Amino acid sequence: MKFDTPATTNPIDQMKVVGQPLDRIDGPLKTTGTAPYAYERHDVAAAPAYGYVIGSAVPKGRITGMDVSAAQHAPGVLAVVTAENAGPLDKGKYNTAKLLGGPEIEHYHQAVALVVAESFEQARAAAALVKIDYAAEPGRFDLHAARVAAFPPEENDITGPPETHVGDFAGAFAQAPVTLDETYTTPDHSHAMMEPHATLAAWEGDRLTVWTSNQMIAWANGDLAKTLRMPKEKVRVVSPFIGGGFGGKLFLRADVVLAALGARAAGRPVKVALQRPLIANNTTHRPATIQRIRIGATREGVITAIGHESWSGDLEGGGPETAVNQTRLLYAGANRMTAMRLAVLDLPEGNAMRAPGEAPGMMALEIAMDEMAEKLGIDPIEFRIRNDTQVDPEKPERPFSARAFAECLRLGAERFGWDARNSRPGQRREGKWLIGIGMAAAFRNNLLMKSGARVRLDGEGRVTVETDMTDIGTGSYTIIGQTAAEMMGVPIEKVTVRLGDSTYPVSAGSGGQFGANNATAGVYATCVKLREEVTQRLGFNSEDAVFADGHVRAGNRAVLLGAAAAEGDIVAEDAIEYGDLDERYQQSTFGGHFVEAAVDAYTGETRIRRMLAVCAAGRILNPKSARSQVIGAMTMGAGAALMEELAVDTRRGFFVNHDLAGYEVPVHADIPHQEVIFLDETDPLSSPMKAKGVGELGICGVGAAVANAVYNATGVRVRDYPITLDKYLDRLPDAA
Amino acid sequence: MKPFTYERAASPAQAAAAAIQMPGAKFIAGGTNLLDLMKLQIETPAHLIDVNRLALDTIEPTQEGGLRIGALVSNTDLAADARVRRDYGVLARALLAGASGQLRNKATTAGNLLQRTRCPYFYDTDQPCNKRHPGSGCSAIGGVTRQLGVIGTSDACIATHPSDMAVALRALDATVETVKADGATRRIPVAELHRLPGDTPHVETVLEPGELITAVLLPAPVGGTQIYRKVRDRASYAFALVSVGAILQHDGTGRIALGGVAPKPWRVEEAEAELPNGPRAFTTRLMAGARPTRDNAFKVALAERTLGAVLNEARG
Repeated sequence: MKFDTPATTNPIDQMKVVGQPLDRIDGPLKTTGTAPYAYERHDVAAAPAYGYVIGSAVPKGRITGMDVSAAQHAPGVLAVVTAENAGPLDKGKYNTAKLLGGPEIEHYHQAVALVVAESFEQARAAAALVKIDYAAEPGRFDLHAARVAAFPPEENDITGPPETHVGDFAGAFAQAPVTLDETYTTPDHSHAMMEPHATLAAWEGDRLTVWTSNQMIAWANGDLAKTLRMPKEKVRVVSPFIGGGFGGKLFLRADVVLAALGARAAGRPVKVALQRPLIANNTTHRPATIQRIRIGATREGVITAIGHESWSGDLEGGGPETAVNQTRLLYAGANRMTAMRLAVLDLPEGNAMRAPGEAPGMMALEIAMDEMAEKLGIDPIEFRIRNDTQVDPEKPERPFSARAFAECLRLGAERFGWDARNSRPGQRREGKWLIGIGMAAAFRNNLLMKSGARVRLDGEGRVTVETDMTDIGTGSYTIIGQTAAEMMGVPIEKVTVRLGDSTYPVSAGSGGQFGANNATAGVYATCVKLREEVTQRLGFNSEDAVFADGHVRAGNRAVLLGAAAAEGDIVAEDAIEYGDLDERYQQSTFGGHFVEAAVDAYTGETRIRRMLAVCAAGRILNPKSARSQVIGAMTMGAGAALMEELAVDTRRGFFVNHDLAGYEVPVHADIPHQEVIFLDETDPLSSPMKAKGVGELGICGVGAAVANAVYNATGVRVRDYPITLDKYLDRLPDAA
Repeated sequence: MKPFTYERAASPAQAAAAAIQMPGAKFIAGGTNLLDLMKLQIETPAHLIDVNRLALDTIEPTQEGGLRIGALVSNTDLAADARVRRDYGVLARALLAGASGQLRNKATTAGNLLQRTRCPYFYDTDQPCNKRHPGSGCSAIGGVTRQLGVIGTSDACIATHPSDMAVALRALDATVETVKADGATRRIPVAELHRLPGDTPHVETVLEPGELITAVLLPAPVGGTQIYRKVRDRASYAFALVSVGAILQHDGTGRIALGGVAPKPWRVEEAEAELPNGPRAFTTRLMAGARPTRDNAFKVALAERTLGAVLNEARG
């Protein structure tokens, strides 16, 4: 189905199943520990051997010698895979560094060997016997130092243009009566998902199957085949359950390639889970940024000039963190400029993490807006609303498809009790606590991607959906089930959803908050096709037929849905494809984040007291799973605000705190009351579902809302994340 | 993990005797730290002597009016003991500030004292570390040091001792009771148990080879307001940036030990004379000779401010 004109009324609008806060249909499997995760697929491969990954001990250089003989003769060892014996390997389209390194080393903990043994413990013990000599080479590990040599990144679909210019930014900024020119930094972040990257691989002749944990099945399938130099038809990727991804599992990673190579070398199935201490440096991370923001405004608070520049680093051939994206779209202003600069760093590969671009970009921009509002003496909400726009500010001929930004802010202010905020910072104290309230805008784009599905109807009226869409904990199973149930007029119990298998039609996959809208739209398109086949078989005019309560009805005639398949299952396959509605209209999601924070006047410890997010993100397909997405994102945003940082050793070239003890993410005690409000909205330009993404909107802006609350509490402005007490202890007011 | 042999000890003295007969032997109790270190091959004992079945898991009153805490009493049980909660509040609060409920259920009193540093360079076997490989150098110095020590450190090592419990025991003037390989027993003040790193950071305590801690002795209660205040980047399950174990008397005197700043619980008795003169005067004496790095210099100021918070809390 081609979606190239705005959606009109369709069966989804009934909202009998879609839009209902149903429990997730995979919930019982997860709560009983029976959901089959990759490393535990005891059901699919008998007696697998175990792989243990060895990561490079140097960040850059060459392997000059490798002695695996002691490991090969260690108890239980079946094989030791290295670049030397693995045979020729290509590199995946979506990978920057090789997944099996050697002799050249591109980053710290790049995989250089896999030891395969009868037991995990034997593999681990033998791995310690592998002796590797390296010739280390000097590398570039410090973004602040490498920044001087940064260059405009190459334009592509993901990156967009490296620079944009509208009007005369420099002139307007120079003339503006009120200006701000500040620099903000965000650190490298690790996805820190609970389930490590894990794969079980098995060969049958020249055919390979991997049970893995991956967000984008088609990308993994293509890149695994490319890496191993085999036709992709001979590779099957299965990933029905994923224990968190956050972008860290968008791509083929070393666990998959090494499990496949290990299984080939050992002649039996092999499973590999990346050891936790390897994950931070072996896999991808969100790159650190340095962001300079300049805003000029009239005394009345009308922005006349807005400029945002961002510097980030990556390995040679990598890409930038697109932290200026939202500044191209969020606020009005006649004179504008944005620019991205990319520095080459020899740290591990930078790549997407939940809301790439906007997450760190909003952390900076929304502090800047708070600072500017204070300079102007205007309430921060009023300042934002005063600079709201209903058109793309860089291309005014493109309206937003829907933009209830101001409504989000106004409703949030009312619900949160914004009126109680003292605009003078450092004024509210309760015992040892300094209390502050802060807010920030939420903004994240809505992306349209082709997405396919196969839907089967059987004689019992049972509907089975198959698509390679993944559920990374988001609720994909449930919203896809709800979509099929709504379309076919059956209760959700009559729908079976099968996901995450490369033998199913290619979907949008899970990433960029594009999964929910596109994957359900793909199911919608396929159900439309199935409905046509059903009505035809039952002799109905498809225009009039109503699918409801397990029946198909038209006029006085009602037939059981299953009757259409009495002589055999009916199978439809289709995909949603998009025209140019996202070119003619800017499609984005909006919101407001509100935070109350308490700062210990003595120690500077910050404790969040309450959080509110108001979201305008099109139709909410399942308010319960959508809320879970947003509160999870708010939690991640709180982590980014207050504690998360991959600490770079700029001499030794690696992320030092590479386990979950050192890389702190919020614990339960850090997260207090959270509230989420969804505006009642539909966006007929986004898809027949009239939905948009929400899972990343929830993180965009949270960090700045926390930072602004800390400022309101203390009067101390911190522009370098995370906002840890060491950065402002000496500026806190006298405690006693 | 390297293959190892295993035995279950029959008595404390037998455990100590067995430990010197097998080179590379280690005692194992709760294993909450040792097993992690073995999996990473930071600890590679050839032989484990399991002391869990030794009857060292009771808390008994002493003739001096204090408590004798068996080496195997779990952190959970110790923190919940009514006598500890009543008379040694700083200890109960320190225990509950550490680790997680699950870990405290397994972790033992002696094991807590003997846990090893959480310096990230110590944990990364691809990096030099004088604690792990004597003489290989310290990769932390000049690197990422925000969590590391500011006082009592050396040019060979700037790691901290991570225990919360030990800070409280130091403030309480506790003593450990041990049995040596020859069967002799002795008592060591907690103040003297841990060594400063000097040139030998791999030697962390004064315990002799084979010597087994059998108990921790608390002197008779000293009363006062007892507070344990732990400052960290998140609200729970994190090691201290700075912690303060305090016993404060109404007359303004008191005892203060710090965690998170040194290779051992940091207490300087002479400095306590300055307590009536306020946090700055006291901290200046307590932290005299501190050698912080650029990244952890804040710990000196934080110690003073945290002490201010503690004094404020004590005033009610």
